[in-house]
Amino acid sequence: MPGFPAALVLEQLLNGLQLGLMLFLLASGLTLVLGIMDVVNLAHGSLYMLGAYFAATLAHGTGSFWAGVALAVLATAGIGILLEVSVLRRVYTRDHLTQVLATFALILVFNEGVRMIWGPQALLLTVPQELARPVRLLPGLGYSAYRLFLIGVGIGLAAGLFLLIHRTRLGMWVRAGASNRAMAQAMGVPIRRVFTLVFGVSAGLCAVAGALLGPILAVQVGMGEEILILAFVVIVIGGIGSVKGALVGALLVGIVDTAGRALLPPLFMHLLPPEVASNLGPAVASILIYLLMAAVLFLRPQGLFPVRA
Amino acid sequence: MRTRPLPAPQARRIPVAIPRGAVGWFPLAATGILLVGFPALAEAVGWRFYLNLVTKAMILGLACSGLNLVLGYGGLVSFGHATYFGLGAYTAAVLAREGIRTAWVIWPAGILVAALAALVIGAVCLRTRGLSFIMITLAFAQMVYYGVISFKQYGGQDGLRAPRTDLGFHMGDVALYYLTLLLLTVCLGILWRVVHARFGRALQAIRDNEARAAAIGFPAYPFQLVAFVLSGALTGLAGILMAHHAQYVSPAMLSWPQSGAFLLMVILGGVGNFWGGVVGAAAMVALEEIFHAATIHWQLPVGLILLGVVLLAPRGLVGLLEGRPR
Repeated sequence: MPGFPAALVLEQLLNGLQLGLMLFLLASGLTLVLGIMDVVNLAHGSLYMLGAYFAATLAHGTGSFWAGVALAVLATAGIGILLEVSVLRRVYTRDHLTQVLATFALILVFNEGVRMIWGPQALLLTVPQELARPVRLLPGLGYSAYRLFLIGVGIGLAAGLFLLIHRTRLGMWVRAGASNRAMAQAMGVPIRRVFTLVFGVSAGLCAVAGALLGPILAVQVGMGEEILILAFVVIVIGGIGSVKGALVGALLVGIVDTAGRALLPPLFMHLLPPEVASNLGPAVASILIYLLMAAVLFLRPQGLFPVRA
Repeated sequence: MRTRPLPAPQARRIPVAIPRGAVGWFPLAATGILLVGFPALAEAVGWRFYLNLVTKAMILGLACSGLNLVLGYGGLVSFGHATYFGLGAYTAAVLAREGIRTAWVIWPAGILVAALAALVIGAVCLRTRGLSFIMITLAFAQMVYYGVISFKQYGGQDGLRAPRTDLGFHMGDVALYYLTLLLLTVCLGILWRVVHARFGRALQAIRDNEARAAAIGFPAYPFQLVAFVLSGALTGLAGILMAHHAQYVSPAMLSWPQSGAFLLMVILGGVGNFWGGVVGAAAMVALEEIFHAATIHWQLPVGLILLGVVLLAPRGLVGLLEGRPR
């Protein structure tokens, strides 16, 4: 067992935490939409992409990163609500496969629309000036202030979402809808309005993730699909419809993926002949989260925090 | 979902109902004659490009028909069929790379690898249901994808050249066209027999009501596993054909967008309709080609048309062609 420097391990854990919390912002919306509305929404990743594009454009236009992000979140939430009213509402009663086809069609439309408006090149979104410098966490360990900020935002939004879901009337309706939609409707929950609202909020959360990850990842067409698959992995691990499950799943996926990519290849190099290790290390690191998901599904098909009895 | 009454398990013959996807002999014969005559026509008018396009549509149609067996008749949403497609293709390319040129080894080997992969993956995945099944098939597909690109000697991320195999004659574009047409016809014939035999009826009964089917002696697991393996083998065969068609294999053939594309084509054509896979693949290839030629922003009209199909044609394109619901 090679000795990894503690600073490296800590840094990777923080990176994993940051990725996990951003994934949570996507996964929480996805899990609610699937859990309550019973809609497989592949266009969720497109909303994330739109958030990033809006933020990049608006930050440039207003000259302020913060104003750009705030406006992008509002705009994306608006588009989310529009989408729910115009398209998704028509496919609620249809089977999952039809929803897959419809929302895939939306992905094509959004991707091409973005390409027509913004062009094929990736956009640049820079880290705001006040967060551009690293922070010294420990002696010898500097860490990006911007990533720390992302962790803070993620924790804050997660806490807010929990309060919303567990302490408010709206949250009660949402939970009731997730566990038994027909019963909730019979008990007088205005399920249509709840759906629209949940969709708007989840679109807004996507935009937060897209806008804030913009400076770290590239703002480009196709960014939504990559993260969509990860978000689906998260909600399946956590249990569909469970926000708590989405949080646990997101943190697991974020940390396992980040730590695996950083720590496994050197570990393999140490244990195996170099020509085997150089091929095997990255491959195993890439499939770790899928192994995790397969194991969870095999042992607990309903996920870690099943919602429906 | 409506359930069909099943015969008692000891019954030897299954009462004949009008099978879904039964088309009159006329459209079928007309399509057949058109496909057989197409290369001569294409040659005469200088449509070499369209010859290859039709070959591609037929290959994808074969892959989608394989998927439709589990998706439509088995009710199992496999989000990992690119695995069998890619494994078939890669087996052909890797064997060719290793100096084996004869088709009599390469083709059976490709089908076998795909079928074995389907057996192993299916054996694990079929213990889950619903969304879990979708995601666990995806998980295995991703594992195979990253596994294959870790073989740097076989191209890694860049893919691999795949020379056409030696079948005792020169494999030109026209020869490959007829070979694809022949294999597609044979496979569709096999599938037709399978889904209308006792096995296929049992598979559909299990799809419609697993508990009831089990109670009268058709347990889900073995039936679904056999269907899954057959489906994987057919999709693997399509992969071999694709490697021959493109003379190149790439990791993209194993990737989840490819799995998604197969699902979309079947849904577009009509899930569980016998011709859904072929029609969906042909429609998708045609749509892409038409708008690709017309504009660089071809995805926008294709997306809008797909959306239109969803909202206006609930049973897919074949359902639309067949007319009002029965």
